[in-house]
Amino acid sequence: MSANGVDLQKRRFLTLALTATSAVGAGFASVPFISAMAPSARTKALGAPVEIDISKLEPGQLVRVKWRGKPVWVVKRSPEMLARLNEVEEYLADPDSDMSIQPEECKNSYRSLRPEIYLAVGICTHLGCSPSYRPDIQPEDLGDDWLGGFFCPCHGSKFDMAGRIYASMPAPTNLEIPPHYYINDDRILVGESAEENS
Amino acid sequence: MEKRVLAFFNFFLERFPLSKTWRDHMAGYYAPKNFNIWYYFGSLALFVMVCQIVTGVFLTMHYKPDAAAAFDSVEYIMRDVEWGWLIRYLHSTGASALFLVVYLHMFRGIIYGSHKNPRELVWIIGMFIFLAMMAESFMGYLLPWGQMSYWGAQVIISLFSAIPYFGEDLALWIRGDYVVADATLNRFFAFHVIAVPLALVALLFLHIVALHEVGSNNPDGIEIKSWKDPYGIPVDGIPFHPYYTVKDLFGLGVFLIIFSIVVFYLPEMGGIFLEHANFIPADPLSTPEHIAPVWYFTPFYSILRAIPDKFGGVVAMGAAVFVLFLLPWLDRAKVKSIRYRGCIFKTAVALFVIAFLGLGYLGLQPVSPVAVLFARLLTVIYFAFFLLMPIYTRYDKTKPVPNRLTENSDGFIISSLKKIMTTLCITKTIRIGSMEINIPVPTTFGAAAVIRDMKSSVTHWVDCIKNAINNVKSTGS
Repeated sequence: MSANGVDLQKRRFLTLALTATSAVGAGFASVPFISAMAPSARTKALGAPVEIDISKLEPGQLVRVKWRGKPVWVVKRSPEMLARLNEVEEYLADPDSDMSIQPEECKNSYRSLRPEIYLAVGICTHLGCSPSYRPDIQPEDLGDDWLGGFFCPCHGSKFDMAGRIYASMPAPTNLEIPPHYYINDDRILVGESAEENS
Repeated sequence: MEKRVLAFFNFFLERFPLSKTWRDHMAGYYAPKNFNIWYYFGSLALFVMVCQIVTGVFLTMHYKPDAAAAFDSVEYIMRDVEWGWLIRYLHSTGASALFLVVYLHMFRGIIYGSHKNPRELVWIIGMFIFLAMMAESFMGYLLPWGQMSYWGAQVIISLFSAIPYFGEDLALWIRGDYVVADATLNRFFAFHVIAVPLALVALLFLHIVALHEVGSNNPDGIEIKSWKDPYGIPVDGIPFHPYYTVKDLFGLGVFLIIFSIVVFYLPEMGGIFLEHANFIPADPLSTPEHIAPVWYFTPFYSILRAIPDKFGGVVAMGAAVFVLFLLPWLDRAKVKSIRYRGCIFKTAVALFVIAFLGLGYLGLQPVSPVAVLFARLLTVIYFAFFLLMPIYTRYDKTKPVPNRLTENSDGFIISSLKKIMTTLCITKTIRIGSMEINIPVPTTFGAAAVIRDMKSSVTHWVDCIKNAINNVKSTGS
């Protein structure tokens, strides 16, 4: 108690208590605003699975399908393309896809359910550009050791024909493979795995 | 009648500190009398920012922040809105102009030590303005919803996903969708038009208040407040108004001539101010062959690309901006201005300029092994300039600083130009009728003299560096 009858200790305690309570209140009040920026219910609902028809796909051809706003690629690889996958293995950063995202049944050297059909999200694992499809062998701009694959024009990451990243590239991991399964011989459903559906 | 008019004005003056503010910040604010060309860029930055706000308001009247309508609404402004093309080109050219004058404004601070004690806070607030400007222009660039808008935003937002543990969720939260989409466009519009401009205006206010509290630095880096007349006015100071308002108006005139030429004849600047790929509507399924940010981000973008690691690249890019915040404490020299500093600092500044411009150029180019090699070298120089600064500024030999501002305040550029003109040329007199005109004519004799001068200045510089190294060795042992 000070000389003029003011309890300074009490005053300090009240100031502190009020500040702390206000901070907690402000924290709770900020929740609706922060949450409002998260994907809305409608956005989440639009992430529904997509069906792809592969019956008309020629060897070497790539088709793009939109799933959750992202490009999904389906490539029909020729036997030569599949043979070259072994040749590049020693230059890859993650040849066995241990650090990469894919369904368990695609964790093989082809990174696919069927060897000839390759399906992946066409977004570079570096900073999200969509790499260009470069099946050509030893083109002028990519050099003599290029045996076909995907090249990201933004920061120069190189992927092989199974979307596996070469070593010392900006991208850290192989291209992501989304959950998908074959409805029948000609149709693939992207966005759901076979178990989820059954 | 006269009494009534006076009473009318007094009504306001008694209730609002208008004349006090005018006195404190304009007519009674004493600035050093030796401001040179570098001191135009602060007021120019203010002018361009006001321009951006005005043109922005009018663009908002016709623009639609909707992924389905945005691209078309920009074309609608360009083609159908009365004078829409002019307002939009003023806004897009203004963005580049703002970064240009702000980079020059910051460079001025570096060479004249304007960030040093007691102006650290002015510099820090300025850096926050720079950060806000970067956010503002980045979000503004998404709005036209062209290919470059889309993929540029995709890349920059993905930078956040490189942060371990919560990066992916953070990027998702920023976008409001799994990819850059309508939600992203809409919120960027909100930030670009409301949140960031408000923050910028507040920061600008703080920048000027902080500056006027400590007073302006000058090309000599001498505090004018240490020499005051009996009335407390700095003897080497002149009132900001009318002296510097008139000077800045002249600078504004020159700036507007150049600015108008760009707006009317080169609004795209050959794909540097408005990139070609941005005339194609955004397509989430394919990235353009070559994407690059707008020129003012390319030095930092080059640093990102130079690091062969995702998270490392992001950290290096962030550090390249953040290190500028520390400048007031990295610079340990006893003098402020480059005029009284030794050859080590001058060399360091020259290397820094080369590194910054070089990185800027490389950031516009596609990736190639040679370009990456150069980018790495320049990245090392960029960081060395800042991180070695506490060492080299301490050992650098400085010249004695006079107590008062120097009479001849020609800077390095003007004095070099004058020197070249006087040695390179002889004056020839041409008679047209009764008129006599003196024109400088270059001669081979003069050229030889300039080469001789350059040789001797190179030897002088080499000696200076040698001395500095010896100096370090002797103090070290």
